[in-house]
Amino acid sequence: MKPDPAVPGARPRRAANPRRQILLLKTAIWAIGLAPILWLSVSFFQRNLGINPVEKIIHIQGRWTLVFLLAAMAVTPIRRLTGWNRIIQVRRLVGLFAFAYACIHFLAYAGMDQLFALSYILEDVRDRRYITAGFAGLVLMIPLAVTSTRGWIRRLGKRWQRLHRLAYVAAGLGVLHYFWKVKGDTFWPLVAALTLAGLFAVRLAYRKKRLPRKK
Amino acid sequence: MIIRISKKSDIPSSEITPESAYINRRKFLGASAGIGAAAFLGVGSPDMGPFHAASPLPGAGRPRTPQDLEPNTFEEITTYNNFYEFGTGKEDPSKHAHALVTKPWTIKVDGLCNNPGDYALEDFITPSTIEDRVYRFRCVEAWSMVIPWRGFPLADVINRAEPNTSARYVAFETLWDPEQMPERLWRPRIGWPYREGLRLDEALHPLTLMVNGLYGKELPNQNGAPLRLIVPWKYGFKSIKSIVRMTFTEDEPPTTWATQTPGEYGFYSNVNPDVRHPRWSQSREKLIDSSKLFGYRWQETQFLNGYADEVAHLYEGMDLKKFF
Repeated sequence: MKPDPAVPGARPRRAANPRRQILLLKTAIWAIGLAPILWLSVSFFQRNLGINPVEKIIHIQGRWTLVFLLAAMAVTPIRRLTGWNRIIQVRRLVGLFAFAYACIHFLAYAGMDQLFALSYILEDVRDRRYITAGFAGLVLMIPLAVTSTRGWIRRLGKRWQRLHRLAYVAAGLGVLHYFWKVKGDTFWPLVAALTLAGLFAVRLAYRKKRLPRKK
Repeated sequence: MIIRISKKSDIPSSEITPESAYINRRKFLGASAGIGAAAFLGVGSPDMGPFHAASPLPGAGRPRTPQDLEPNTFEEITTYNNFYEFGTGKEDPSKHAHALVTKPWTIKVDGLCNNPGDYALEDFITPSTIEDRVYRFRCVEAWSMVIPWRGFPLADVINRAEPNTSARYVAFETLWDPEQMPERLWRPRIGWPYREGLRLDEALHPLTLMVNGLYGKELPNQNGAPLRLIVPWKYGFKSIKSIVRMTFTEDEPPTTWATQTPGEYGFYSNVNPDVRHPRWSQSREKLIDSSKLFGYRWQETQFLNGYADEVAHLYEGMDLKKFF
């Protein structure tokens, strides 16, 4: 970037360093990722989470899972729309935060809500469709988290990308889980569903463009 | 001497959270233990000196609080509510319901009865003897509390309205006033005003209350001021809040949740551990208890919320899986 000629004598702004940008973005993601869980922990021990603290913890963790999941899904569309290719470098971190939130969301349900009563948990996973959907989404995220390392990316080659399309299925299941949980109050589940659909649409649009024309 | 008959529906004293206002009660009960207590439908009790002193409503009668039903705290009961007109979050009603104007308040009585009309709240309440009753409260979302209501039998009101012989149901409506209940971000489209209803024999049952007080004080807005229904053996959503209309009908009246999601909520909505909600089990419930680390304690749900001895006969011969 050139110094602004309109401001004589102004110190020339340092050229934006792309590596620095990514580092800043990653720092911000860490901060945003850790803040809710820190806040929840402190509030829990201060007994500041209202009359049903466990319900609140689970709900907030669930919402953050979806936020990170949708954010991870948004990386490629943002890249396509803005041409900012380097943003891809933060996708793994965002995706891993989504997985981490999904795990603590499930652990809070299993531990704080069900007190690790396995028979009740199994019954829930089997009989309550919203828990079935949520659990399936969590299970689908496990291979994605495991294969998120550089080594696995290299080893899987082309197959890596195909495998990681499962993220859309996991996110879809997460949204469905949210939809089926609420009683009449479908506003936020709808927002999540529309966001996911929008991101998917951007992806499809760009995919069509890349396809060779048939004669 | 009056002998206390313990009922199956009584809650053992070991199960419940006390409220500070009720701590004195223990001393009082200790002193009067030798005298014994009456049990009225499992909800009767000795006179409660300290309880009574807490700003009673005019016309408050002799409180009836069984020694073995210890209620949730006032804070628990008043900050964890479902009252979708004021928001769908559990804390929304306690934050926003102050906007509800409860004075003056008029209740329209209409339909198949001899004394229809618009009644001022006072005219509605004054002729009845106000009493305190501690009931279990079981939400369809599988949590529960124990709540010291103050009110009077719905039967009083019904008898004064003199329903015709053709009346078989009574329907209720909650106030619907978007001015007092502004939509914040978004509100579910569940067909306002909120509607509920009972079969007439359910409505006339002595356990069924019109409630205008809580913990011996005026009913807080978030709990359905100035006047709400309490049907302790049914899921909480049947116990309609802030009532402005009562209609006697021949046919089963449409009710909000049963209309909105007929597969999930029925007209009867009796608490029943054997009839699961399509999305979750009803076999157990979280008894809200802030003194616990996680704020609750699991307990088995009782058939008809533990009031089966009193009300099971109302449903004799009915398939409760079909009429859920």
